[in-house]
Amino acid sequence: MSFASSDSATRQSAGNAITPEDIIASENKAPEDVATYAMYLGDDALILAQRLGYWISRAPEMEEDVALANIAQDQLGHARFLLSYAGSAWGKTEDELAYFRDTHEFYSCRLVEQENGDFGQTIARQLIFATYQYELFSRLVDSKDETLAAVAAKALKEVMYHLDHAAQWTLRLGDGTEESHRRMQEGLYYMWPYVDELFADDDLLRDLADRGIAVLPSTLRESFDQRIQPIIEQATLEIPDVAGAFGGDRSGRFSEHRGHILGEMQVLARQFPGATW
Amino acid sequence: MSTTSIHSDAPVADLDEQRAGQERFDQIIAEDSRIEPSDWMPEGYRKTLVRQMSQHAHSEIIGMQPEANWITRAPSLKRKMILMAKVQDEAGHGLYLYSATETLGVPREELVRQLLDGEAKYSSIFNYPAMTWADVGAIGWLVDGAAIQNQVPLCRASFAPYGRAMVRICKEESFHQRQGWEILYELSHGTPEQKAMAQDAVNRFYGPALQMFGPPDDDSPNSQQSMAWNIKRFSNDELRQRFVDMIVPQAEALGLTLPDPDLKWNEERGHYDFGELDWDEFMSVIKGKGPCNVQRMQHRRAAHENGAWVREAAAAYAEKQARRQQDAADTHLIGA
Ligand SMILES: [Fe+2]
Ligand SMILES: [Fe+2]
Repeated sequence: MSFASSDSATRQSAGNAITPEDIIASENKAPEDVATYAMYLGDDALILAQRLGYWISRAPEMEEDVALANIAQDQLGHARFLLSYAGSAWGKTEDELAYFRDTHEFYSCRLVEQENGDFGQTIARQLIFATYQYELFSRLVDSKDETLAAVAAKALKEVMYHLDHAAQWTLRLGDGTEESHRRMQEGLYYMWPYVDELFADDDLLRDLADRGIAVLPSTLRESFDQRIQPIIEQATLEIPDVAGAFGGDRSGRFSEHRGHILGEMQVLARQFPGATW
Repeated sequence: MSTTSIHSDAPVADLDEQRAGQERFDQIIAEDSRIEPSDWMPEGYRKTLVRQMSQHAHSEIIGMQPEANWITRAPSLKRKMILMAKVQDEAGHGLYLYSATETLGVPREELVRQLLDGEAKYSSIFNYPAMTWADVGAIGWLVDGAAIQNQVPLCRASFAPYGRAMVRICKEESFHQRQGWEILYELSHGTPEQKAMAQDAVNRFYGPALQMFGPPDDDSPNSQQSMAWNIKRFSNDELRQRFVDMIVPQAEALGLTLPDPDLKWNEERGHYDFGELDWDEFMSVIKGKGPCNVQRMQHRRAAHENGAWVREAAAAYAEKQARRQQDAADTHLIGA
């Protein structure tokens, strides 16, 4: 017996075309470099889902418990596809990759690792990441890697909703009360140092992009700026005047938060190695 | 019919209307038809419904907490996904039920205030802690299972909006119970440690789950009236018996035991007999002495208070938008 997440009637996401089980069954083995790229993307989604999942039962209004749970499930769904596909390169499952890699073996960007903070900070993180993901998946749908293209097509519909959700809240908080304006502006300030690394290229990305498999992050920056700037301006907010934090790329420098996030996420699975759940 | 007629301070001139309303109400109940919010209803009926439906809504919302406690630690990605969907559903249930209650004239803000001020109750089962992952399974199997047993008859409650909310909710509850059962099945067929974890969870949740149906019929004075009004269809003890009859074979299929030495099939009655429950404990949890009463309220209040500035911002923004639209319309009129 298996329960698709669509059994939940409050879940509103579009698209159920493929499942992680389909990816495992398809015997579409990922080449190792493509698998590493899938982990770049999948780890971002997994860590963000982990962060957002914490909000459920703590949101500022009950409707928002539902909305944040939706987004968290979408991101977790992306992570499951991507990690299942990545695992196929080495005969590993999504859970082996999620629960039994150590801190230095993850590839997540620092933005998604940042703390939830208040709702303003969470929305700032959402706005930045959803804008980035929207641009990314809009292009990844044309990947020459069939599985990545299919995952991107499914994810794109969902990310459009995440972007709309974040933009709507950015407007309400930015152009709401004095306090909400201040908090939203602070949220942007705290998150903005981690924008640059989303668009950093490396050798793996350059090689995969040359072959039409990956999207070269630096090529997304312009459309990212063009999309996010008007939202921030309309919300009567400003792009923070704060330097990008150097370090931090996919090759091994990560935030202090990562160890705590994984410590919590992996604790039970690691108490029972080899167990099924 | 004007909704003011349902209030007891209605002017004398309304007495005829009230008598007619009562007759019509009695007829609807006698025919086992449905009462809509715009229909006349006795004050006691309305009050009973507001109390029961809002308690039900509060239970859904507070009930999110024990399982939400495991979302970040769920031991597989699939389980994490299902658990998030499940806890999200409970938030949805709370929302349906608050809006169904609002049709009786009490706004959600007031109902939430009653919860946060400790005036309103919620199901006492949620004052027990979800200590282990197996508790998530036991809650799904036993707590959602008991909820289904309670709620299926409520789909036919005489108050139509309550029944309609229940129809939507019951569809999801069966998914909740199945996922709980599946968690326990995996554990009871896993390592010895996993199986012990599952048994321990069932041992702790069995009694409190049986108590979800409320005190024994002899000690449940309000039940009689609720049944006369076709809100309640079966007595507390009847529902409890059905629940026990349902879970005994399910526990066998799990390979787990139920912690009741008196539990045995009674051929004559065609039901399982079961032992006396600890009603002193039940009463002490209701009075606030449960392991998590204070924690649950603290968590709910913190979410509410931390969200106040967000809700204020949304309201202020909506007001600004309305004003802008009005200004634009005015300008347009002047221009024309
Ligand atoms: Fe529920
Ligand atoms: Fe439920």
